[in-house]
Amino acid sequence: MNLSMKWLSDFVKLKVEPREFSERMSLSGSKVEGWEIEGEQIKNVVVGKILSVDPHPDADKLVICQVDVGEAEPLQIVTGATNVFPGAMVPVAKDQSVLADGKEIHKGKLRGVVSNGMLCSLGELGLTAHDFPYAIEDGIFILEEDCRIGQDIRSAIGLDDTSVEFEITPNRPDCLSVIGLAREVAATFDKPFTLHQPKLQQESGNIQDLLAVSVENPQLCPRYVARMVKNIKIGPSPRWMRERLRASGVRPINNIVDITNYVMLEYGQPMHAFDYRYVEGGKIVVRNAQPGESIMTLDGVERQLSPEMLVICDAKKPSAVAGVMGGEYSGIMDDTNTIVFESACFLGSSVRTTARKLGMRTESSSRFEKGLDSETCIPAVMRACELVEMLGAGEVVGGMIDVDHSGYQPTKILLNPQWINQFIGIDVSREEMVTILEKIGCQMKGDTIIVPSFRKDLEHKADIAEEIARFYGYDKIPSTAIRGTAQGALTEYQKFERTVRETLLAQGCYEISTYSFISPKYYDKICLPADSPLRKSVVILNPLGEDTSVMRTIVIPSMMEILSKNYNNRNASASLFELSNEYIPVEGQELPDENPVITIGQYGGSCDFFSLKGIVENLLMVLGVSGVSIEAESNLPYYHPGRCAKILLQDRTLGTLGEIHPQVAENYGIDTRVYVARLDCRALFENRCQNKEYHPLPKFPATTRDLALLCDDSLPVQTIENAIRAGAGKLLERIDLFDVYKGKQIPEGKKSVAYNITMRSPDRTLTDEDVAQAMEKILNHLSTLGVSVRQ
Amino acid sequence: MLAAGYTFLLAMADSKSAGMKMAFVAMERRVYFEVEVKDMKAALEAIRQKIVVELQDAHDMQTLENIRVKFLGKKGELTAILKQMGKLSPEERPVIGQLANEIRVFMEEHIATRSAQLKNELTMQKLKEEKLDVTLPGKKHPLGKKHPLNLVLDEIEEIFLGMGFDIVQGPEVELDYYNFEALNMPKDHPARDTQDTFYISDNVLLRTQTSPMQVRVMEQKKPPIRIIAPGRVYRSDAIDATHSPLFHQIEGLVVDRGITMADLKGTLEIFAKRLYGEDCVVRFRPHHFPFTEPSAELDCMCFHCHGKGCRLCKGEGWIELLGCGMVHPKVLSNCGIDPEIYSGFAFGLGLERVVMRRFNIDDLRLFYENDLRFLNQF
Repeated sequence: MNLSMKWLSDFVKLKVEPREFSERMSLSGSKVEGWEIEGEQIKNVVVGKILSVDPHPDADKLVICQVDVGEAEPLQIVTGATNVFPGAMVPVAKDQSVLADGKEIHKGKLRGVVSNGMLCSLGELGLTAHDFPYAIEDGIFILEEDCRIGQDIRSAIGLDDTSVEFEITPNRPDCLSVIGLAREVAATFDKPFTLHQPKLQQESGNIQDLLAVSVENPQLCPRYVARMVKNIKIGPSPRWMRERLRASGVRPINNIVDITNYVMLEYGQPMHAFDYRYVEGGKIVVRNAQPGESIMTLDGVERQLSPEMLVICDAKKPSAVAGVMGGEYSGIMDDTNTIVFESACFLGSSVRTTARKLGMRTESSSRFEKGLDSETCIPAVMRACELVEMLGAGEVVGGMIDVDHSGYQPTKILLNPQWINQFIGIDVSREEMVTILEKIGCQMKGDTIIVPSFRKDLEHKADIAEEIARFYGYDKIPSTAIRGTAQGALTEYQKFERTVRETLLAQGCYEISTYSFISPKYYDKICLPADSPLRKSVVILNPLGEDTSVMRTIVIPSMMEILSKNYNNRNASASLFELSNEYIPVEGQELPDENPVITIGQYGGSCDFFSLKGIVENLLMVLGVSGVSIEAESNLPYYHPGRCAKILLQDRTLGTLGEIHPQVAENYGIDTRVYVARLDCRALFENRCQNKEYHPLPKFPATTRDLALLCDDSLPVQTIENAIRAGAGKLLERIDLFDVYKGKQIPEGKKSVAYNITMRSPDRTLTDEDVAQAMEKILNHLSTLGVSVRQ
Repeated sequence: MLAAGYTFLLAMADSKSAGMKMAFVAMERRVYFEVEVKDMKAALEAIRQKIVVELQDAHDMQTLENIRVKFLGKKGELTAILKQMGKLSPEERPVIGQLANEIRVFMEEHIATRSAQLKNELTMQKLKEEKLDVTLPGKKHPLGKKHPLNLVLDEIEEIFLGMGFDIVQGPEVELDYYNFEALNMPKDHPARDTQDTFYISDNVLLRTQTSPMQVRVMEQKKPPIRIIAPGRVYRSDAIDATHSPLFHQIEGLVVDRGITMADLKGTLEIFAKRLYGEDCVVRFRPHHFPFTEPSAELDCMCFHCHGKGCRLCKGEGWIELLGCGMVHPKVLSNCGIDPEIYSGFAFGLGLERVVMRRFNIDDLRLFYENDLRFLNQF
């Protein structure tokens, strides 16, 4: 909402700089977004009178003007404009002047003739022909204003208003009007607020003889008020009205349209003017649209209507979508003779739904949908008629039609100063509270507050508390600490999450944050089969685009997307992780399961399957998840079938890790090997070690033995390790694999695996015999697997 | 043995004619003859001078050790001279003994001094040779970094944990009831328009705010309540430098007997100061949210222009930090909490804007593109 400060002065007399005005209005609850001083840029541009126009000796298209600007000597100015003539009053940009767009004008020579400035067009003053309909846009602005030579152009043409832009919250539709804001201004600055009562001089005839109004759905149209004007004379509206409209950001059109806009801005009540010629049967019927009905709206679009929409009809057809937009024939034309002013109240939710469905949000609908005051209908239509008279735009027809089903009763709230003081934490007297409430238009009846009709947002004592607080001043409310003690603590799960993040950070992984929604095509990109249950996603009905249209059921595509972006941005290597959710629809449940997972992704540098596995193993170790086994996994379509593993704890899968299938990497435009792990947070959390226990440091020395083994290439080393463990029994402290070798000296289909085995007893130093026995047992176990000692 | 004796001989050769005689004796070891005290004194004085010269020429520890052995060793020169003590008269022996002792101490001290010198020289030499070009780059262990959003979120969580708040999390795919209806925004409420919502069905949506967590917490927990609820929220805003269909909010809620708006001010002022520093100036400005009454926005004075108005704060002098207010009595009732007994306040802030301001980031998209060249700056 743009407020003209000149317009405001009709209701509140106030002298204050825009900065202070904005600051104080913001602090009382009407947030100022900014302000614009009209013509602020313009400097040194004055009214001049052209004394003579002579041809330029060296240019056919230029003329030399002598212009009186009220100085000792006339100014000589060269112009290319063709509409100048002696005696014309024109805007003159003198030497060292500035135009509306900030352009500076200096004296100079045009084809050898001195020019001491420039004559201005509308555009150069930041105006259009809508502001001054008598002027042309492609020539010098010939002033027809009451002005004097030498006068600052800004005051001569009324470019001296200040327009303040307010952000109005949806609960205050009353503030989408000059009067509503004026009330707030008056209360904020503690100034008197004067409301003008519209009055008519002359009325002729009676509306009842010309028009009948019936409201078929009073629920959607609580009030419908109509008045008529005949013998309309369409023409431009006066300058003061055009100036105010312009300052409010509305383009002047003609007197009747301008009046409806003016009243809407002043009272916040959208108005419509119907051309009486097209009100067939002299009847206005407010009803729901019939199935199959359509209307051509003012913007020239044919709109299909549906039965829940409210329309304004004549005896036969819809002529307007109630509160949204008028129909093609309802508008004002140059030969319009008689009009009907509509000033109605429509149900906000209905207007909102209709406007959304038709995809047309108008100035009118955005006001109605917030819920307007049915009590404003009459003052607004009266003001419109008054303006018609004032502008000499027509003759107001006597009488008024008022179909009022609003059943309006003012809201009553009990004033409870003690509760308010306690709730806000202040100590304000009852008298002070009453003063504040009266300033905003409330009336007191004993302890009861009678809420004015335009303040529909005041329903509850908490609403009254807010009014008291904001005019008392939020800045004056003390700042206190919450009473009572409370301990803030992370939950066990939150601690687990932090441990996971810290551990992955410590291993050189960068944390990322990805969108939770993806394109369903991403499932193709990771080669999910057509019948994969993972393709059953939570689908967004109204997505921004396909790329963000379903909630992912698996995080792999999100990680791949980011790895791919980094790869394509030529980051040589990447090691990334994210803790985020997968959204799994659950049968018979409205909300999906939001499954938290850890994703780790790597490419480039020295990373390979085992570097990723190392990161995962470290994470498991830090979390204290023990007893885990690793199994080869070859059935996940996004993984390399020979380079993927499942992490198992008994029969529960904690996660998977592996090299991404080359086809998938190719789908993401990555021309190198990519490694991704996906771990289930819940499974890790449930199996973490909560009570880590200290083991005493060993008192006796350890004995180590190297063991070089020969076995089938296909035998997983985990099997060998299990055998070693079983053989060594309690003495075994650790097994370290230090070499796997295939090639020279090793038979085809075999491999050599070398271990360093550490044995220790907690209560004595091991003898050679102890170790020899253990080694023998180990070898016995190994031999059952066909593993022999390499000679 | 022979070598030592030979050196001895050379040393004596320089001194006196009497020495020649003694040298001769030394060569012919089995021959005894009288040695004069004078000669022994001279011999002792001679090795004192000789060791000084030799020590000067010793430039490594091995040479030094050789010198020590040569002069002080069991078969060294001093011992060789002292062996002849027996031939002296009993009166003469203490005189020579004392002198010999003095010379021993002299030599030991000189060797020790030289040794220390030499050690020092060698150390200096070594240090000199080991000089590094310290401007060569360091060897770096790969280091992971937190995402900037989480970096600041962690900080905010710490602030609230310190003030006794717990942290709760809840669903992102949410029921319309929790996101809107229970928060005093029935189906046709105009405030819904300001939050363009992604719908999953008539009844299910992607939460547009973290505020539904207020309702979920109040349904599950009896007052006193003191929580923050950070999380992802969704609005159908096209992606550009300042808009994203997914962003993060942090919701806060305090409910207890006797909670006042003054408590809200006190708590959030502390938060702003912890986040932005003690000199952060804040103001509370009336605003509107359907689920709080009274409502406010908390502005911080622009860090750049200190309230004068600049490009950063769009001329306002203030930058909006968060929205807040007293929990609407209707919301309390919706959650089964009696507004006549309890009151509370709630607040919500957008994480992205805080982080962008903190690091001077001008494009929101960077957070979700996750380019390492961006991530490694934090």
